[in-house]
Amino acid sequence: MSGGDINWTALIVFIFFFALVTVLGFFASRWKAGDLSQLHEWGLGGRRFGTWITWFLVGGDFYTAYTVIAVPAVVFATGAYGFFALPYTIIVYPIVFTIMPRLWSVARKHNYVTSADFIEGRYGNPWLALAVAFTGILATMPYIALQLVGMQVVIGGLGIGGEGLRGEIPLVIAFVILALYTYSSGLRAPAMIAFVKDIMIYIVVIAAVALIPLKLGGYAHVFQAASDAFAAKGGATGITLKSAQMMPFATLALGSAMAAFMYPHTMTGVLSSSSGDVVRKNAMLLPAYTILLGLIAMLGYMGIAAGVSVKTNTQVVPALFQLIFPDWFVGFSFAAIAIGALVPAAIMSIGAANLFTRNIWRPFFNRTMSPQGEAATAKLVSLVVKFGALAFILSGETKFAIDLQLLGGVWIIQTFPAVVLGLYRTRFNSWALLAGWAVGMAVGTWLAYSSGTPKPVYPVTIGDTTYSVYIGILAGGLNFVLSVVLSFILRAMGGVENKDQTVAADYELTKPA
Amino acid sequence: MEDAPKRGAGHWQWLLLLPFVALLWVPFYNDAEPSFGGFPFFYWYQFLWVPLTSLIILVVYRRIK
Repeated sequence: MSGGDINWTALIVFIFFFALVTVLGFFASRWKAGDLSQLHEWGLGGRRFGTWITWFLVGGDFYTAYTVIAVPAVVFATGAYGFFALPYTIIVYPIVFTIMPRLWSVARKHNYVTSADFIEGRYGNPWLALAVAFTGILATMPYIALQLVGMQVVIGGLGIGGEGLRGEIPLVIAFVILALYTYSSGLRAPAMIAFVKDIMIYIVVIAAVALIPLKLGGYAHVFQAASDAFAAKGGATGITLKSAQMMPFATLALGSAMAAFMYPHTMTGVLSSSSGDVVRKNAMLLPAYTILLGLIAMLGYMGIAAGVSVKTNTQVVPALFQLIFPDWFVGFSFAAIAIGALVPAAIMSIGAANLFTRNIWRPFFNRTMSPQGEAATAKLVSLVVKFGALAFILSGETKFAIDLQLLGGVWIIQTFPAVVLGLYRTRFNSWALLAGWAVGMAVGTWLAYSSGTPKPVYPVTIGDTTYSVYIGILAGGLNFVLSVVLSFILRAMGGVENKDQTVAADYELTKPA
Repeated sequence: MEDAPKRGAGHWQWLLLLPFVALLWVPFYNDAEPSFGGFPFFYWYQFLWVPLTSLIILVVYRRIK
């Protein structure tokens, strides 16, 4: 990729679309108008989003810009292994279909805005709620930072990025704009922008998968070229999995699917929908984005077949587009990726702000906060979170952000037992769940760092075979076992029952008319 | 604290486990052949499970609605 030369045609198209979504972002505050001084209005769009808006919103939120850059980069570098994203984003939907409508129902009934609100209501234990909120914020912060990396990569591709302060200015401008309209419009801004972003991404990907193989001589040739390239690199990777890769592939897919909707941003997307039925329909319709993701992953192989040379793997998509597309479409596709970073970054900051306000600030620092005070606090926190992420990236800690995002999955899985078991009204003791969480967090982090540089998998020996297993699954399993055993012991010791605010009927969907 | 009442879904909800079995049992589909439209089996099999999963969810959805 050329560093210094500015691609003017691409830049003008890019700026046009960026300006368009900026206008939309500020205009969004008037859309489906509500009282934005209430947290559920600012932070959940008043729970008014129907099937299609939710589809665009969650689609734009779950399949992030970083995904568009990172998944092909992994496929480019490691082949079939990078495709674990596909089973992951398929099996996530039976999970969503089964558990999320229950969570939506109980959240609506008791005006819960976050998963930790539910934990607090369900178990009456603010410390367990604090643990869930803390984990959510911790896992989200690096995720926001990585959206910036996605943006940085395409801005660099336009020739206006680069080293030094001058190179960072476009990124700072984009992020300040984002911060301001999220502040003023709340969740309505990313919801409205998601329409534009997703349609643009669909156009780019369809154009890419139709056009690029034509130029490269068909899919069979693309796969062949990739296969040859991996063989030439020594054959540790390939276009099918080596036997040692199968266990990490499967456990990463399963663990990521369990983690996916425990994140504050995906949770926010689900809770903002207008009914449990909307959530169910979306579990059916959202897999359309998984097809898109699979095609995006293919871009990694196309990069190999096209013979792009890059300094870092994350440049493979921009480099491929610049090689294949005319300038104006390069601008369009880069704008799609950059706007694709805005939607999740906005929702992540809103989700983190909701958690901080509801489950850290209110219970521990300001018990008498008014609804207006809540919304004002959350708006301010959303700014702090975003500028924190920006400072992180500008200080050159990108590698650290990537490591933390990887750990984020391991951490967020530790909230899965408390949230999901809670939805089924099982007799788990909240202190047992808290102990399970603490051990899961500690062991997960320790295993990840056990070899020095953080890794997602850890070798487990069963009999005389050693398998590399995703640490999220190992630590999450330990968490679950501890929660069960300690609950049993605490009950046998005559421990106090949870103070449950909810009743069984709160979890049932009212039948659609 | 009682268990959630049984819903009308009954045994239909077990169908939701199919995508897990199909996609987590990796040795079953970790193959280049038979290829389809230039795509090795590993790839088109995974792509095929996207609409299949939607369909399974639709069937269960119809039953519990």
